[in-house]
Amino acid sequence: MEQLLSEYLPIVIFLGLSAVISIALLIVPFVIAPSNPDPEKLSAYECGFEAFDDSRMRFDVKFYLVAILFIIFDLEVAFLFPWAVSLGDVGLFGFWSMMAFLGVLTIGFIYEWKKGALEWD
Amino acid sequence: MIVATIAFYIFAGVAIAAGFMVIAARNPVHSVLFLILAFFNAAGLFVLMGAEFLAMILIIVYVGAVAVLFLFVVMMLDIDFAELREGFLQYMPIGALIGLIVLLELLLVAGTWTLAPEVASLAASPIPPMADVTNAEAIGQVMYTQYVYFFQAAGMVLLVAMIGAIVLTLRKKPDAQRQSIPDQVARTAETAVELKKVEPGQGL
Repeated sequence: MEQLLSEYLPIVIFLGLSAVISIALLIVPFVIAPSNPDPEKLSAYECGFEAFDDSRMRFDVKFYLVAILFIIFDLEVAFLFPWAVSLGDVGLFGFWSMMAFLGVLTIGFIYEWKKGALEWD
Repeated sequence: MIVATIAFYIFAGVAIAAGFMVIAARNPVHSVLFLILAFFNAAGLFVLMGAEFLAMILIIVYVGAVAVLFLFVVMMLDIDFAELREGFLQYMPIGALIGLIVLLELLLVAGTWTLAPEVASLAASPIPPMADVTNAEAIGQVMYTQYVYFFQAAGMVLLVAMIGAIVLTLRKKPDAQRQSIPDQVARTAETAVELKKVEPGQGL
């Protein structure tokens, strides 16, 4: 356990360094950068026009569909990792149980392909 | 080991603070960002417990995918949240009542919780020592054989999620112009180009 955690020491050092650097980059401009505030500097600039409307607009539901299909295959791949490292132990049964799992998801993949869910329009 | 203890308190404290900010933040997008922070800290806690595989999967699946999905939903809903908050006091009594009922139920569950005496023998697959097998191996050794029904059920759930998402959100524009690669590739010079001899001054 201790040995496992000590393997994470470089990551902790990297995180600490990045925290120090990013905090320093936040603080240093307050001290040395010239400060000359103006409301026009913060206003939206849209090719010289006033902003037409709010930038918080509704997204098309197509983005959501792409995201959720991504998550499903993401999870499928997550299941593949333990299977890959323990394939020698689980034997033929484990191999075919994963093949059945992949087969079920391939049915879904064929369905979404044929429905045209992978096309943008 | 003192470093691990300090890390635990940092992760746990930040996770709780981020979890509180998820419900306290005024802007729902900020709520989702705090949720991502809470997930990261939960992954840190997993690492401290030695569950490396779960920690990495938590980051990949929850931070990379689920939080993105939440962001999409928040941005897609386009609710005027300031307007939504106006009726807050009006719904406060019923919300407090539901919270109280859930709290009582949780207390009842926690108060009457006992472990079955034979539970030690029921733990059929004890966790192998961490020095011998890695996390992912230990999961893989039982998930695809001993718990094969749950594994296949997970596949079915993913299939249902896929089909459900497509059925609910797929809206085809009937007049959309789509690109057909086979048609494009199958074109030849004979079918694509027509040569006309135009007499001068005549036009086509």
